Formats: sequence, structure tokens, C-alpha cells
Amino acid sequence: MSERQPVTGDEVKGAPEEDPRIAGEKHPVARMIGIGVVASLVGIAITLLIDWFPKNAAGSADKIDTLYDVLLICSVPIFVLVMTIAIYSVWRFRAKPGDMGDGPPIHGNTRLEVVWVTIPFLMVTALAIYGWIVLDDLEAKASDELVVQVTGQQFTWRFEYPKERVESTRLVLPVDQPVVFRIRTNDVIHSFWVPEFRLKSDAVPGLTTRVRLTPTEEGRYQVVCAELCGLGHAAMRQLVHVVPRDEYDSWLQTRREQAGGGGQAGGGGGGETGGGQAGGGGAAVDAEALFSSAGCGGCHTLAAAGTDGDVGPDLGQISKANAAYVEQSIKDPSAVVVKGYPDGVMPDDFGERLSSEQIDALVKYLLEAQR
Amino acid sequence: MTLTRRLLAPGWYRAAIGTAVGFGFGLGLVVLIRSLYGWDPIVDWNAIITVGALIAAPLGYLVGIGCFDYWFYWASGRPTRAEDHSGHGAHSWKDYFRVNTDHKVIGIQYIVTTMFFFVAGGLMAMLMRAELAQPGTQFVDPNTFNGLFSVHASLMIFLFIIPVFAGIANYVIPLMIGAPDMAFPRLNALSYWMLPIGGVMMLCSYFAEGGAFATGWTAYAPLSTETPLGQQFFTVGVQFAGASSIATALNFLVTIITMRAPGMTFWRMPLLVWANFTTSLLVVIATPFIAGSQFFILLDRSLGTHFFDPSVNGDVLMYQHVFWFYSHPAVYIMMLPGFGIISEVISTHSRKPVFGYRMMAFSLVAIVALGFTVWAHHMFVSGMQGWVRVPMMITTMLIAVPTGIKIFSWLATLWRGVIHLRTPLLFALGFITMFTLGGISGIMLAVVPFDIHVSDTYFIVAHIHYVLFGGSVFTIFAGLYHWFPKMTGRMYDESLGRLHFWMSFIFFNLTFGPMHFVGIDGMPRRVADYAEQYATWNAIISISAFIFGLSFLIFVYNMVASWRHGPAAPGNPWRAHSIEWQVSSPPPVFNFDRVPTVVGGPYEYGVPGAVHAVMGDAKPAVAAPAGGGGAPPPNE
Repeated sequence: MSERQPVTGDEVKGAPEEDPRIAGEKHPVARMIGIGVVASLVGIAITLLIDWFPKNAAGSADKIDTLYDVLLICSVPIFVLVMTIAIYSVWRFRAKPGDMGDGPPIHGNTRLEVVWVTIPFLMVTALAIYGWIVLDDLEAKASDELVVQVTGQQFTWRFEYPKERVESTRLVLPVDQPVVFRIRTNDVIHSFWVPEFRLKSDAVPGLTTRVRLTPTEEGRYQVVCAELCGLGHAAMRQLVHVVPRDEYDSWLQTRREQAGGGGQAGGGGGGETGGGQAGGGGAAVDAEALFSSAGCGGCHTLAAAGTDGDVGPDLGQISKANAAYVEQSIKDPSAVVVKGYPDGVMPDDFGERLSSEQIDALVKYLLEAQR
Repeated sequence: MTLTRRLLAPGWYRAAIGTAVGFGFGLGLVVLIRSLYGWDPIVDWNAIITVGALIAAPLGYLVGIGCFDYWFYWASGRPTRAEDHSGHGAHSWKDYFRVNTDHKVIGIQYIVTTMFFFVAGGLMAMLMRAELAQPGTQFVDPNTFNGLFSVHASLMIFLFIIPVFAGIANYVIPLMIGAPDMAFPRLNALSYWMLPIGGVMMLCSYFAEGGAFATGWTAYAPLSTETPLGQQFFTVGVQFAGASSIATALNFLVTIITMRAPGMTFWRMPLLVWANFTTSLLVVIATPFIAGSQFFILLDRSLGTHFFDPSVNGDVLMYQHVFWFYSHPAVYIMMLPGFGIISEVISTHSRKPVFGYRMMAFSLVAIVALGFTVWAHHMFVSGMQGWVRVPMMITTMLIAVPTGIKIFSWLATLWRGVIHLRTPLLFALGFITMFTLGGISGIMLAVVPFDIHVSDTYFIVAHIHYVLFGGSVFTIFAGLYHWFPKMTGRMYDESLGRLHFWMSFIFFNLTFGPMHFVGIDGMPRRVADYAEQYATWNAIISISAFIFGLSFLIFVYNMVASWRHGPAAPGNPWRAHSIEWQVSSPPPVFNFDRVPTVVGGPYEYGVPGAVHAVMGDAKPAVAAPAGGGGAPPPNE
């Protein structure tokens, strides 16, 4: 411990002429800095010009994209610095054939070491503070938020608008309206993510998690499950529509009427199926609502229900099928697998989850829905 | 030898018997208990496989192969056979298939075994890339695909990267510190023999009903408590790999603390020794946590406990906290030994002392300490308490400081060296390049808002492979080439080594670089199918991945051919200073004919007349000043 650090700073930077291999160069360090600055600027320009992100469709996306730009601007010079020194060293100080000599015994340089502790420390501290500010900004509560209850289950999402008393397998949001999603799950962990909004949160058994955002661009985007949730994880996709206010209002209206009318109006409005909670239909099973709540549309296209999943076969194309086959396919999806579709994706427990009346109604509904 | 004696002697016959007896015991126990309780069915194969095949049979195998003989003799009061060292050294390839207490034999056993699992895991990666070459389903169904990435990651982490470092260290560390062997040679053998059990178990999960475990190497509850039997093969396999890891780390700690040669102060230890010392600290503190987390899963599955069942007050997030409390430090368990290797390689092949030796050692210690304070950065979107994210972000980013010290010090070591651009140094330079990129994307991921967007996407896949392949595996290659002459007594082929480097360096970047793009653009990880918009990049990634995979064949050919027919290696082909190079290649069976005495630092390149150690007692006249901390000698 009593040994002192040798002060060899001069050997590192100040006196390159001692080394015959770089004696011809006037200022090797200055030259490297010059090359480094130019390379960094070029690198920064290139990385900023790359179109990294998907479409920007929410206020949150702006902040995260800007943050990423700042991270790029800080990162490129560091990488360039490392590469410049490494390549320059290999180029300049490569041993000549037969050179059995050693380099100069430089053991360290306290000044230099203090520099490369301090500068990275300051840089990451500044970035952390900036990141914290952005985080707080992203999660700030807005007034008059629209509440949407998101429920994940293997392998579909359901969306509920508690105040509006509407439920759907499709997420419809009015543009420029702050939203808070309350995210839950019925089984394992899922993760609610819309890449165009940049925000995600896990759906955790036993907890309700939240995501706040304001959609700013109209359009159709995908709700993606980002946490491995079993066989159908890759197929757990749904649509989110960001629409003008009046379109959203009329969609809500249609949904309420459908639910109130016992699911009679098939395929109207946004092409959505009945919510089923208003319960106007009495004792009879509302097959259309069931098609929605059981999550069939997450993977299957059915024109009559307005769904367009492409993980499983199109259920509008089964006119040749008989009731027994349809029932078997619901209860035991592996019994017959349609060519071109993978086995083992569809949950095999619908036979237990649904009552026999429900399955009968579903079979009847599917056969009637053929066109 | 009579047949009975042959069957009762430690070895493969007795191991087979032990395995069968163990399985029979497990089967009997399950049947007995179930019939006593009157449960139906009495013969429950799920339970029998768990108790018999996964737990009792491997223990029977370990007893049979002879890991416990000496201890059993000692514990039962029978005369123990004094160690006559007849088992030391390997005289034919068959000796590598016996329980052997020689650290050099165990080191080779470790390295070759882990390479086998590296190939197995790599082939799974090739299958995945074949499936992902275009959207839709081509070769494997989603269940198989989920199994592929789960087993791939588990093998690479638990059966390749962590233990191959233990193998290299096993061979090199005792030589480096001037010790005749590890402190506990029998424990060392047991550590090795537990390891393949874990790997074979994970591979065998493919034969379990319902297929291989398919919940990722992270095995998040409650998915992992609900999936088919294959999951148990992971849950129990990790216990064997983990126990092996803990035992060997303990061995390193005791060896390094107590068995250094005279004069080898802590500040004269080569940085590889420092690296394994700090890694071992991490292993003994952290590994019990993953063992615990997997035991919870096992109990939830087998005994019906409710650790992770929220409907009866179980806590799902508890699993993630316990899991990552190991698995983040595990990232450093997989990196610090590589740091050590890089310090040796760069200093030796560029003929200069390691720049800032003491700071290099301190930064390892700092990474160990900080490494325990960052685990929740894997959980920024998990739904945990929101405020925890900010301190975890700050500590995560602070790790960049000690890591930066290491990178800059390596660069300063290169500066003005006499650089011999041999294969080990090429891999070291490739490591610096890609680890810097992986470190930069690591800093980005630490920033919570950005992480919220890219967590669970291909950006993560890119990052993890930049730090674990471009980082760890490149250091492993550097180390294997560097010590190949020492281990085998032969030189490897330099041109093939360079070809291996350039092919893997180029196609590594073409494979994993584009994953950053598709990840940010919205492609989630762990999916067998993806949207059309990512098709082009994925095709490029897959083609690069296949060529990248082929480059490994060059390495295998070089190693095998050179080991058999390569030119004989001198004791010290790199003119290095550390002790392992001062003995013959391969070293004598007991390492040193005379105990070495350490008289100076390990990297005194360029100091006239400096030596690190002398064989036998030191002559004070040749003593050079110590380590990086030492003052340079007076001018000549």
C-alpha cells in the first residue's frame, strides 16, 4: 500500500517524440482528436438520419424519440473514441517481424484515470436526471382521462369502458383524448404494448397496472403482447383504432345499442360484436357476444363479427363443415388441424371453460354466419 | 479383477447401477406415499419422473461414479485410502472419463464438456433462425419454437459461459498463483461431475410429455407453474448446475486466499486471478437465490404450495425479484472472468504492463458491489413499485464508470505497445469493439422511458448477444487460443485462427446488429411468427447467422487438428511473465518441481531484468518492484 503510483504522465501524452514509431508525426493525439471529431459528427448524422421508430402516434412517443436522439448523440463519440484509439494503436504500434522488444513500462497515469472516471460519471448522471424528468412527464396524470380497462388472457385482449358501459375486443380511442389504461390479466403475465405509442406495461396476476397516454394521430395500430405467455404468444395481437371524436361517439352508441338489443345487429357499425353485459337477451346464450368474450376473433377472421385475425383459419369459410366437426374443433383443436396452420396454438380447454349450451350456441352461430 | 469388484469399483459400471438404484428408490417412494394416502393413480409418472429420474437417479449416479467414496469412507470410520496421486494427470483420453482430482484434467473436462453444450445450444439457434427466416410457420410449431429458445438460453448460460470460465480458471489459476492444485481437489471433481447432469437434464426435457420447457430461461411464474412436465427438467437441472457453480466458486476463493506462492501478495496477482476471485464472490452470494426461486417453482408445481398463486395471496412479482437478484449478478459472473482474460491477453501480446493495475482490480470490486444493486432494471415494465425504477436506473448507469475504467485502461495498454496481432489479441480487440457497443445499448436500456418501449423486443436480444457473445464468448475464444499451447503442449494454426476471428466478427455483427433495428421498430422477442414488415431484415439476419454458425467449425477443426498434429509448443511461446508460462507445456503433473517465489508484478514488460517469479527460493538481488503499484526501477 505504501508503494506510490509512478508518475509517467509525460510518457503517455506529452512526449511522443520519445517513441521513434510516432516521431515523424507532429501531434498524434491532436490528429486523433481531429479524426475522432469528424468521425463522430458523421456517425451522429448517420444515426440521426436512420428512421428507427415506428409511426409516432402519441404524445409519449415524441418524448421517447427525442430521448433516444440524445442518447445517440452521447453514444456515438464514445464508440468513435474507443475505435480510433484501438485502430490507431494497431496501425502504428504493430510489431515488425522479428521485433522481440517490449513497449515502454508505463504503469498508469493518475491524471488520465481521474479524467476517465469523472467524465463518464458526469455523463451518466446527466442522462439519468434527464431520463427521470422524461419518466415523470410520461406518467403525469391528466384531467378528464378516459378510463379503459384492459384484460389479457391467453391469447387475446379485451377492452372495457367502465363509464361508458361498453366492452369490446377492439380498442377504439378518440384522438387527442388523454387515456388511462388499467391493465389486468385473467391467467398468466402478459404485456400490453402499442409500438406506435411507445409505452408498455405488464399485465400481472393479482395487480392492476397503469399506462397513461394521449393518442395524437388517427390510424389503425396493433396491440402487441410483449411478454411470453404460452403457445399463442406470437398471435396475441389486436387492433387499436384512433378515430375522430364524433366517430368514437357513434361507435360507442352502436355498441350500446347492440348490447341492449341482445346482439341482434350483426356486424353493424364498426363491425363489432355485442358486449353482452347489458343482458337484454334473457336466458338464451348470446353467441355473438360469446364469440367476442371468449377471444375467438383474436386469432380468427369472421366477416360477420368483423374480426380479421389470421393466426387460425378463416371461420367465414367453413360452409362445408358440419356441426360435429365445428364442435370437435372447439373442444379439441388438435384433432384436425387445417393445412397451413400450426398445431398447438389454440387453447385446448374451451371444452371446460364453456358450458355445453354455450358451445352449441357458438356452433350454430358459426354455421349461420357463413356467406 | 473379478466381476463383483469391477462393479463395485468407482466408475461407469457402478454409475449405471447407482442411477438405476436411485430411480428405483424414487419410484418406490412415490408409489409408497401415494398408496398410503390412497391417491389415484398410485403410479403417477409425473411424480415418479420428478423424484426418481430428476432427483434420486442423478445422486445415485454421482455416488456410483465415485465422487463421494473418500468422504463416505472417512465419515463411516473406515480406513481412507491415502491420496497417492496415482490418479493425477491424464495419460490417455479415457482418463478424462474418470473422477480425477487433478485441476488440469478437470479444467479440460470442463472445457470440452461445455463446448459440447455450446454446440447443442448453437444448433438450436440455427433451427430458430431457419424458422424466423421468413414470416409464417415453416419448420417448427410454436411449442417447439418456445422450447428451442428456452433450452438454447439455458444451455448457453448455465452449461457454457459460466462453466467454461470455471474450466479455464481451473486449469490456469493454480498455475498462476504457484499452487500445486486447488484447495479442495475432491470437491473440485464433484463440482465438475454435477455439471453435465444439469445439461443432460435440460436436453432430455425434449422427451418429456408436452415437450421441452418453453417459458424462456427466465421461467416467469405463473406460466412456469402451469406448463407441462418439461419445466421440471429446467427447475431441477438448474439446481445441479448451480450447486456445481457454488462449490467451484468456494474452491476458488479458498485456493486464492490460502494457496498463493510465497511473495504473491494480492497486489502482485495477475488480473485473471483478481477476476476469478471477484466472480467467485458473486457466485457464492447470488447463486443460492436462483436455486431458491426454482425451488419455489418446484414446490408450487409438485406439492401444490402457493408462492406464486395470487388467488391465495401468492406474489407473482416476488419470483421476478428473487430471480433477477441472482440473474443480474449472473451477467457479471459471465463477464468478469472474461475481463481477466482480456487483461492477460492484451498485456502479453502488446508487450506492455496493464495500465492502471490497481484501478483495474478496484473496478472489478466496484462492479461486484454495484452489481447487487441493479436487478430491478429487468423489471421496469413489470408493474413493481414505480419509485424503485429511478434508483435502479442510476445504479445501473453508474456501472458504466468502472466498466469504462477497464475499457480505457486496455486501450492505454495497447497505446505504444509492441503489438503482435495474433489470434488471441484479435479476439480481444473484437471484444473491446462489441462490448463497447453492448455497453452503450446497456446504458440506453437503463434509461427507463426508452426501456419501456424496447423491453421484451429484439433490441434486448441484440443487447444480450452483444454483451454475452461479442463480450463473453469472444473473451473465451481469446483465452482458449491464448492458453491452448499451455494446455495441450501444441501450437494452434494461426491462419485458421485469424480466419475464425474475421468470419465470426463480421457475421456476428451482421446477425445481431440488425436486431437493434427490428427491435426498436416494434418486433417483440420470443415469437415464432412476425409481421411482414420485418421480413427483409430477418432474412438477412438468418443468412448471416448460418455463416456465423459455420465459422465455429473452423475453430473446432483448428483445435482438434492442432491438438493431435500441431507443432510442439515451447514452455513460453508468448514470452509472458506470469507463472503458468514458466513451466513446461503442458505443465508437469504436480505443476512445479520447486515451489516458485514471487518477486515482482505480473506484467513488468519493458522493465529491464524484471521477473514475476523465480522457481525455488528468491534471490533478493533479482527482485523487481511489485505490480502496477510498484515504482519503476532506477534508470539503467
